[in-house]
Amino acid sequence: MNILDTLKKLLLESGFAGFFQNGGWQNAVMIVIACGLLYLGIKKKFEPLLLVGIAFGCLLVNVSYFLDLTEADALYHPDLWSEFLDANSEYYHSYGHIMAHGGFLDILYIGVKAGIYPSMIFMGVGAMTDFGPLIARPSSLILGAAAQFGVFFAFFGANLIGFTGNQAASIGIIGGADGPTAIYLTTKLAPELLGAIAIAAYSYMALIPMIQPPIMKLLTTKKEREVVMTQARPVTKTEKIIFPIVVTIFCVLLLPSTAPLIGCLMLGNLWRECGVTERLSDTVQNALMNIITVFLGISVGATMAGSRFLTLETIYIVVLGLTAFCFSTVGGLLVAKIMYKVTGGKINPLIGSAGVSAVPMAARVAQIEGQKANPKNFLLMHAMGPNVAGVIGSAIAAGFLLKVFGA
Amino acid sequence: MHIMMNAAVSGTKLPFGDNVLTAVLGYAVVFVGLMMLMTLVYIMGAIFKKLAAREKPISAAPIPKTGKPGGDAPKPEPEGEPARGTAGEIKLYNVSDKEAAMIMAIVASRMGKPLNELRFKSIKEVTDK
Repeated sequence: MNILDTLKKLLLESGFAGFFQNGGWQNAVMIVIACGLLYLGIKKKFEPLLLVGIAFGCLLVNVSYFLDLTEADALYHPDLWSEFLDANSEYYHSYGHIMAHGGFLDILYIGVKAGIYPSMIFMGVGAMTDFGPLIARPSSLILGAAAQFGVFFAFFGANLIGFTGNQAASIGIIGGADGPTAIYLTTKLAPELLGAIAIAAYSYMALIPMIQPPIMKLLTTKKEREVVMTQARPVTKTEKIIFPIVVTIFCVLLLPSTAPLIGCLMLGNLWRECGVTERLSDTVQNALMNIITVFLGISVGATMAGSRFLTLETIYIVVLGLTAFCFSTVGGLLVAKIMYKVTGGKINPLIGSAGVSAVPMAARVAQIEGQKANPKNFLLMHAMGPNVAGVIGSAIAAGFLLKVFGA
Repeated sequence: MHIMMNAAVSGTKLPFGDNVLTAVLGYAVVFVGLMMLMTLVYIMGAIFKKLAAREKPISAAPIPKTGKPGGDAPKPEPEGEPARGTAGEIKLYNVSDKEAAMIMAIVASRMGKPLNELRFKSIKEVTDK
């Protein structure tokens, strides 16, 4: 055995050599971006539970997958997934091929591709959410619908810029401020954009306390922000048990494509409310949610291979995502202002901004802004109604887009 | 439907007209869907309100007063100060906002229930005489 040849082979096949080959600079840039995202997650606490995993997944793929090096050691293989999505390939929709030739992250990514992780995250969200404020004030659902304005506005904008219908739908759903829904829809319609869309969705969700307040102040008067809302009626246990069943029957019959998201959300909530499945509710809220978060974060991050991520499209997605977020907030606020007028000043328009899902961050922002205008104002529970309505609204919006653009 | 036909050509760019139509139709579907759901929830709430109203007369039976014979009738409680931030729902008697918040948190913790599921009517300081 020639030691020099062995050392040469080791060096040429190392990732360091990969940086100097075709597209290697993209990996270097992505490593810097991954470190930046890690900084934002750890130091700035931007949705750390998911962002840290996403950033580390991005790091792992960009230190293990280089265009001109052997792919044997790569943890994630974009080419395998291209074959998986290519209708002309013999491996079209072949999970077996992925299992046989994929790396660690390819196998984890199957859960994203099949829509399992986002749906199970929804199950956990359902188990953690109290729908009481929504049941007590059903008009909150109007605000949840109004705040989907950004979804369709960004969809329209993305189409104008030149994205395909499928891609525009995936970009638009960022405006729903709902990470799992965005991931679910994107994996179904435009998996090539998953990394950028997930990063945009979770980053903007983390930035809600910075994005929403200026819009809230711009669109509301001090008098409107000062409105103290009366306490909603108490909701009985039976109503809370019946609600998830009614919503599931209604929404899934209306749009069957919402079944995985709405079904899981409501099942989680039923476990929480029915009172006889506390163990399951506890598991879904905590252990299962954490496990799925680990898988989801790292495998979404893995889609951020430099050669696929560093494109002009990514910049467009970031800009359109922000537009979607802002216009969703605007939609919610404007309709809440109408409700303020119609009810003779009984509704504080600030709660409209909570119609973007992002539970409970958006409701907290409404509470903070309300209290700034009037220290005696406690809007949190009033804002939780539109907030959870937004989750249902974004799932219906995703279901509609999936119905129109899904294969 | 034209939009559905376009969808069949996966990955194609939408013509301007279809783009506008899809966006408007999508927003309308979300609105109509959630408004229908709202109606259902209102109906559900109305049914439960009626049921509660039927049960009320039984639970709201007059409680006999237990004043001492010949003695003074118990004096009505002086009106408490509404707690800040509760839309005037909770009356506080000689209790500060801070103490009230602490008491509510302790009660919720001991009962193992989220605070938003509990309804406090009044908090009163009881002193030994």
